[in-house]
Amino acid sequence: MRRPVDPDEVVARLRQAPPRGVIARGQGRAYGDAAQNAGGEVLDLGACADVDLSRLADDGTIVAQAGATLDAIVRATVPRGFFIPVAPGTRQVSVGGAIAADVHGKDHHVRGTIAAHVTRLRIATPVGVREVGPADDLFAATCGGMGLTGVVLDATLKLLPIPSSHVVVDTDRGPGLDDVMAAMSEATDDRPYSVAWVDAMTRGAALGRGIVTRGRWARADEAAREPLDARSLPLPPALPVNLLSRPAAEAFGALWFAKAPRRRRDELQRLTSFFHPLDALRGWNVVYGPGGVVQYQFVVPLGAADVVRRVLEMLAVRRVPSALAVLKRFGPRRGGPLSFPIPGWTLAVDVPARTPGLAAVLDACDALVAEHGGRVYLAKDARLRRELLPVMYPELVTWRAVRAAHDPDGVLRSDLGRRLGLDGGER
Amino acid sequence: MIDGLGRPQRILVVGASSDIAAAVVRALAARGGLDAALLTARRTTAVAELADELAAAGVVADVATWDATDDPEALVARAWADGDVDLVLVAVGALVDEDAIVDDPARLAGAFHTNLVGPATLALAAAARLRAQGHGVLVVLSSVAAVRPRASNLVYAAGKAGLDAFAQGLGDRLADDGVRVLVVRPGFVHTKMTEGLEPAPLATTPGRVAQDVVAAIAGRRSTAVWSPPAVRGLMAVLRVLPQGLYRRVSRGR
Repeated sequence: MRRPVDPDEVVARLRQAPPRGVIARGQGRAYGDAAQNAGGEVLDLGACADVDLSRLADDGTIVAQAGATLDAIVRATVPRGFFIPVAPGTRQVSVGGAIAADVHGKDHHVRGTIAAHVTRLRIATPVGVREVGPADDLFAATCGGMGLTGVVLDATLKLLPIPSSHVVVDTDRGPGLDDVMAAMSEATDDRPYSVAWVDAMTRGAALGRGIVTRGRWARADEAAREPLDARSLPLPPALPVNLLSRPAAEAFGALWFAKAPRRRRDELQRLTSFFHPLDALRGWNVVYGPGGVVQYQFVVPLGAADVVRRVLEMLAVRRVPSALAVLKRFGPRRGGPLSFPIPGWTLAVDVPARTPGLAAVLDACDALVAEHGGRVYLAKDARLRRELLPVMYPELVTWRAVRAAHDPDGVLRSDLGRRLGLDGGER
Repeated sequence: MIDGLGRPQRILVVGASSDIAAAVVRALAARGGLDAALLTARRTTAVAELADELAAAGVVADVATWDATDDPEALVARAWADGDVDLVLVAVGALVDEDAIVDDPARLAGAFHTNLVGPATLALAAAARLRAQGHGVLVVLSSVAAVRPRASNLVYAAGKAGLDAFAQGLGDRLADDGVRVLVVRPGFVHTKMTEGLEPAPLATTPGRVAQDVVAAIAGRRSTAVWSPPAVRGLMAVLRVLPQGLYRRVSRGR
């Protein structure tokens, strides 16, 4: 692992790459092996973290180096009345990583992925440094390209002007999956953000019961007394110590569901607790024990909503414990060839890695998802089998062609790329 | 690559005609994610059926002849020709005619070659490749016999003891290189090799050994597998018995 001090050093490392190649690494938040490169070189971009705010007041844009975190950006820009245009579940991701994973937030159906808000990218490829805009093939291939098209040096981001640092939230409890999906499908003009926590442990009529929260920015007068502020929650929410076992996960699910209001309107929440509830719990995934956690996230087209039900059923039948299942709805905006979101329903489930039989049940879920035109999120993946990749990502061929044009010798390599055969089978 | 659930994609199995090795291969294939396997035996006919089973399951299965006296470099080069190998299983070894060797010392070297020099040399050749690729697991089939010999198995036990120590040391050497060495110590296993022998206490089957091995591979941290797990405690006791008592307990076994 190397830690380049500036973009010039990144360019130099790409020119002198070792035999097993190079991959860039941001905050290392991908759940699998996206930022690993066994036997090769990993470039930690943490020292290339400058954020240029000089144009923010003029045109609402910033230029951020790839190693800058969304957290650092938010802390600098919220007091000035701007927020990140797309907010993934944690702010502890780098700009480069957010682009490589083409992250989405709770408002995809309104605002799309982060790529939709990047006006310019500067990328170092083995054949040279390129500045590209959204119309460029390399731009589309890089957003969602898991770092395998080049190393992003910096990005120009168009930020979101915000009236306050608070969100007005409506909460609804849905006794079953159909109720949850109905609540999320309601007109959302005035509630652009929506997400549901779903109980992954219940079956029968209560399958997929959940808590739907929908939000919008609070107007200045609604949040008059609260200053624009990006501080974390003072206290983390209470979580049981051990979520590994099924009984514990079931009990947690029942408690979490019961504690939520059946229906609440216009609650004022700080932006940190609405957008990033898990950031307040540093090291929260220790609750999954020594085996660690596997996250499974997929999306299926709107017409295949039943797949969500069937996946929850399969997990319940095979007794897979999970206390965290999150449902979102993606809108019509499509990204590049490897960008994850398609219009439809996306479910993300956290499970302990050592659950017996987990490999088989997730393989079965993959088959179901692929059969219905869906896909698994590569930024979360640690176990997808390679033969399903071209099925789930039919534009893989296009992506490989762009990569081959800019990295003909396959300098950009990662363990994810090897495992899934992203680069066309080189190992 | 070995995925997040401990499933390898490409494997090399040396001595795949062994019942235990075959059971491990089947267990790995059953978990899914296995793309390719290179199986070796002294005669490829012995692994043809296993290769066919793998092919039917969608695994690209290749076979090669290899004997403990063959050159390991050529085999390793062939295994790595198509890319990284995620898991190497060294299952070379055999019980020997202990009485015949004791009566004819010239045969001792050959027995040690089968059970120690051959597999250890192969393990070294594979280790170099694994280190260069920065990831992978080397599984070495040892035995509880490595813990303490007895009159009836001194040659086999000595070979296994040497291989066991070598594998542990190799694991220590490779620890910082992203490569794990897993030493497997089965107790008495009902296999072709032990047919006709009187089973020892805690006897087990190849299938159960395979489950323990696959679980240890998935565990990502273990460096030793005792199969069945209880045999570890049994050997810990046997290892420290005074010699007189031990001889009495192991007489005739």
